[in-house]
Amino acid sequence: MHELSIAQSLLDIVLEESERHRLKKICLIRLQVGEMAAVVPEALNFCFETLSESTVAKGAALEIETLPVVARCSECRLSFQVENQSFLCPECGYPALEMVSGRELSIVSIEGETGDRDDSDQCSSGSQHPSSE
Amino acid sequence: MTQISVPVVRNILQANERLAAANRKRLEDAGIYAVNLMSSPGAGKTSLLERTIEHLGGRIRMAVIEGDLQTSQDAERIQSKGVQAVQINTDGGCHLDGNMVQIAMDSLDLGHLDLLIIENVGNLVCPAEFNLGEHDKIVILSVTEGDDKPSKYPVMFQQSSVLLINKIDLLPYIDCDVEKIRRDASRLNARLEIFAVSCRTGEGLEAWFSWLEKNVQEHKK
Repeated sequence: MHELSIAQSLLDIVLEESERHRLKKICLIRLQVGEMAAVVPEALNFCFETLSESTVAKGAALEIETLPVVARCSECRLSFQVENQSFLCPECGYPALEMVSGRELSIVSIEGETGDRDDSDQCSSGSQHPSSE
Repeated sequence: MTQISVPVVRNILQANERLAAANRKRLEDAGIYAVNLMSSPGAGKTSLLERTIEHLGGRIRMAVIEGDLQTSQDAERIQSKGVQAVQINTDGGCHLDGNMVQIAMDSLDLGHLDLLIIENVGNLVCPAEFNLGEHDKIVILSVTEGDDKPSKYPVMFQQSSVLLINKIDLLPYIDCDVEKIRRDASRLNARLEIFAVSCRTGEGLEAWFSWLEKNVQEHKK
């Protein structure tokens, strides 16, 4: 469950950025996660939801774009998508020693609400606040 | 109230990466070569350390950082061999990170060291994601775990510099295809050095000792 550590680092960055940009509420966080980053999206979501409970990121959705593993052949320089965990070049058969993508674990952007009025949940896509009946 | 989108583009693990880089700098400045030793629980990390200390302890000044969920049994095993050992109990945490190693390094005498071995928490998944400042990652896979492990846990094998296939003295009693382990691991990582060893009988360990000693010499100031 190293997703808990990753979720904590993610939350730290999100809160820092939201302060810098004076966001009152965060609706959406876009992430890029490489296929070889050993991260289970469901576990990351669960951990983030728990950790962000009492912060401006409460209820924010994580949108995770998965990036394929791409390697570059050390012989013919061809970039190719790694399939069946084989880093052997499909053209010349040499092993690729360079990974071009597939290990990403990055935040791309954050969407949120600014403004001076302190209304609650205004996010158009995102949190469902239970209406008090 | 306006809805805005803020571009961020930051590595989520940047805080850990910064700590790992700082650890690495301290090691480089002191001329210390460091490895991050990883495996499943029970694959033989501490046994490998014991054999390594017995063989190289007289020539190389080494220290060990022991990561464990609970107990200091492993650190005590190492200290009984006359080597500096610092225990990190992660209290349930599944991996070591740059911060834990930084704190552990504070209690080591870095001025009189050639080699630092960081024994990670027994786990074939999580430790691969967190750099500690090491020069090389070493993975141990014991033959009793099965020959399908490189393909089931590719990140660990992709990120490591050395694979030690341990417990080969047990091969007559189990169905494990060592050639398959070699083949699958090499397809993931052509740079991977693979040594088949038995920490119990000592078979094959010479090649590992030589590899380690060569790297220690190259990083010495």
